[in-house]
Amino acid sequence: MPSKGNFIEGNEPVTLPQYMLLNSTRFADLTAMRHKDKGIWQSWTWAEAYLQIRVFSIGLSELGLKPGDKIAIVGQNRPWLYWTFCAAQALGAIPVPVYADSVAEEMVYVLEHAEASMALCQDQEQVDKVLSIGDQLSKLKKIIYDETKGLRDYDHTNLHSIEDVKKLGEVVLEREGDAHWLEGVANGKGDDLAVMLYTSGTTGKPKGVMLSFDNLVISARNANEFDHLDSSEEILAYLPLAWVGDHVFSYAQTYLCGYCVCCPESPDTVEENRREIAPTYFFAPPRVFEVLLTSIIVQMEDAGKIKKKMFDYFMAHANKVGEPILNGESVGFLDRLIYSLGEFFVYGPLKNRMGFTRLKVGYTAGEAIGPEIFKFYRSLGLNLKQLYGQTEASVYISAQPDGEIRADTVGRPSPGVEIEIDDSGEVLYRSPGVFVGYYKDEKATASTKNKEGWVRTGDAGFLDHDGHLKIIDRAKDVGKLEDGSLFAPKYIENKLKFFPNIKEAVAFGDGRNMVCVFLNIDLTSVGNWAERNNISYASYQELAAHPEVYATMESHIEQVNKDLADEELMAGAQIHRFLVLHKELDPDDGELTRTQKVRRSFIAERYDVLIDALYDGSKEQFVETEVVFEDGRKGNISATVNIGDVKTFPATFSQNEAAE
Amino acid sequence: MNAHVNQNSVSAIDNIAKGDVLLQVDNISLSFGGVKAITDISFDIRKGEIRAIIGPNGAGKTSMLNVINGFYHPQEGTISFMGQQRTKMRPYVAASQGISRTFQNVALFSGMSTLDNIMAGRCLKMHKSFFWQIFRHGPALDEEIEHRKVVEDIIEFLEIEHIRKDPVGALPYGLQKRVELARALAAEPILLLLDEPMAGMNLEEKEDMSRFIIEVNEQFGTTIALIEHDMGVVMDLADRVVVLDYGKKIADGKPAEVQADQNVIDAYLGVAH
Repeated sequence: MPSKGNFIEGNEPVTLPQYMLLNSTRFADLTAMRHKDKGIWQSWTWAEAYLQIRVFSIGLSELGLKPGDKIAIVGQNRPWLYWTFCAAQALGAIPVPVYADSVAEEMVYVLEHAEASMALCQDQEQVDKVLSIGDQLSKLKKIIYDETKGLRDYDHTNLHSIEDVKKLGEVVLEREGDAHWLEGVANGKGDDLAVMLYTSGTTGKPKGVMLSFDNLVISARNANEFDHLDSSEEILAYLPLAWVGDHVFSYAQTYLCGYCVCCPESPDTVEENRREIAPTYFFAPPRVFEVLLTSIIVQMEDAGKIKKKMFDYFMAHANKVGEPILNGESVGFLDRLIYSLGEFFVYGPLKNRMGFTRLKVGYTAGEAIGPEIFKFYRSLGLNLKQLYGQTEASVYISAQPDGEIRADTVGRPSPGVEIEIDDSGEVLYRSPGVFVGYYKDEKATASTKNKEGWVRTGDAGFLDHDGHLKIIDRAKDVGKLEDGSLFAPKYIENKLKFFPNIKEAVAFGDGRNMVCVFLNIDLTSVGNWAERNNISYASYQELAAHPEVYATMESHIEQVNKDLADEELMAGAQIHRFLVLHKELDPDDGELTRTQKVRRSFIAERYDVLIDALYDGSKEQFVETEVVFEDGRKGNISATVNIGDVKTFPATFSQNEAAE
Repeated sequence: MNAHVNQNSVSAIDNIAKGDVLLQVDNISLSFGGVKAITDISFDIRKGEIRAIIGPNGAGKTSMLNVINGFYHPQEGTISFMGQQRTKMRPYVAASQGISRTFQNVALFSGMSTLDNIMAGRCLKMHKSFFWQIFRHGPALDEEIEHRKVVEDIIEFLEIEHIRKDPVGALPYGLQKRVELARALAAEPILLLLDEPMAGMNLEEKEDMSRFIIEVNEQFGTTIALIEHDMGVVMDLADRVVVLDYGKKIADGKPAEVQADQNVIDAYLGVAH
């Protein structure tokens, strides 16, 4: 295992810049990075990427970036933003990626807390954001930008384009060569701080998770081995840079095994670009798979009769034999024949349409995925798996090995990871990927990571009979109803969200006499249904309040109640009353985190009148809400929201047990 | 983006300094039968500025633009562009001299893709013979690649990469307006006429469009004349404003001056007689 000690030519590299150096020779002619620019996929080999990084890194040093300095990286997935990680690390500086869509106020906290002395911004929008908070950033000295558009007339005293910085580097390279710089790279140690990633924080201020090179390198190596990844893979980098997943998939893992990272043209073209690249290794939160499936179903509803029939027939067949075939189980000859016909007529074109033709391994994580959705993709022959991870673990805590795939677990402990469940039901883990600590927050570090290196995940869960980890909810969110039965809000919400018509759900019930929920309808799916049934609507609000929509919601919740009644732990937490919110939950209003998770307590506070109405038996309730538009202006939405009642079912698990 | 401007206009435009008169309109009158659309209007547009033309409905704003780009021929008065006085002028001549425009009601080729629409804007810059073009081969293909580069710059500039291949008829209105601007820019105009570029847009789209207009003006040095009803936009964007009412000019000056002008206030709010 790599650890301390200098990197000398021929030795095993221990830092990512050292891997870059190695890759520039061992993978010299392989494509390292692609970016679609002006309608054409531009590409760089490892050798070319190395030259770019070297000159930029030396330029950064000239500009005043020193070992231990922090450089904020703000923007979407672009080659230069990834190269800046390596360029900064080569100097011993620490990159701090920041969510591109965070508003200026959110950015102040991260940049100031991290004490960033430089910021690399993707474009004018990000530069403007940083400039607008400039007076609150005591440490920030220089801003560097990638795209020049619109920035020509700005004051360039402390603002530099990447080209300018490269010119600085070129001068030094010509004068003194790169020996000094190479020495710096060689001096990098495995336990050096590699990166600081700020967690989005469901509660309180974001915390800066410090990861060392050892953390990243070992986790990345294990992951590559686990899924047999090599330099032939191609991935699409489209998830936020500041998120640990992207940092590991699109940066650490590729430096270890040399696969190609493709940056989309713009956030709006991700789907199209994915189709063009057809990644072999793909990662997406469940939402992406949900949206994709919804759009396919919606399009199939509008398709011609023959196409629709074909789709239905072959999908039914895939549903029956697709997963067994994928898992390598024995399947009859005729079924296999029909399946291969289906591959030709339906599955193949469908996969091509989604950009999954070459997919070797796909992962979903972050939230629970609907079993139906999961099964849909797997039955097409796509090796979609689940994993469970955290920033503090350099992603990997558990993952599903090939052939042991189930919709309701997150798999076995990843290589090198130990998992334990404590008395309260919280999941603990220990691994080589465990973070160094939270930046400038000893107290939080101590309360999360103990002396033996065990880290609290904050999630409640258990290991099932096969040793697979099953996550129920956030440990602190698991509560009890008045009658003492267990209330796991996210568990219920996820069950609801598995219906394509329901986009978001928020469950309440801790310390109360019954469970009630807020719902958001999915405008694509319900809107399409409305269109087909000649129901006219002008806005989300109008459609959400439609009696037929309420009836559909009620039937969905009834189904969930039936499922819950069947589970030992959850039968007491069936849903009694619900309402459909008059507006979509929105991160701009603080109702969702930037990673689209509901902030339950905030929502409870904001809509307290609605909660009161749910529990006092009212049939409707007037509510007025302040909303923030994308440009920061505020407005009001008001509505009278109807409240519906749902049938509940007697617990059935006891009979099941008897039957066993 | 300025690499392909044709030779005549390059020299002519270079002789005019920034801030000098680019287009001079003198005593223009235009009537359709008995209806006087424009009566005795004079004003100028200077190189490098954003010039707004405002006025209540029916004031003659669009007619004025149509006169400038040669679509209407005024009965009286003269227009000189880059120092050259012009007589009856056809729109394509105006276009080849470097005047391009967008329309109040979007006028795109709705069955064609965004890319093809913008390529159409390069039409005047294509010089290879019809023979080569029908085979899309040899020199015609080389030329097309050159033009495509310019068009891709514009696509990136206006942030419409995601609709490059979509038929424009199916696009939302705000995006269609953007495609129309792209097509006008593809001609690399010296003077760009925008007829209500923000009409029917939401706030965000208006902000984007304003950003693009400023950017075109500053980055490419294109002179812009625009008609717009959103006073906030006009006051922010325009260097100078000319106000029309019932076909007559009632004010001309800096936005703040115009805004305080009693005639303008009366024209917009009506006045008790």
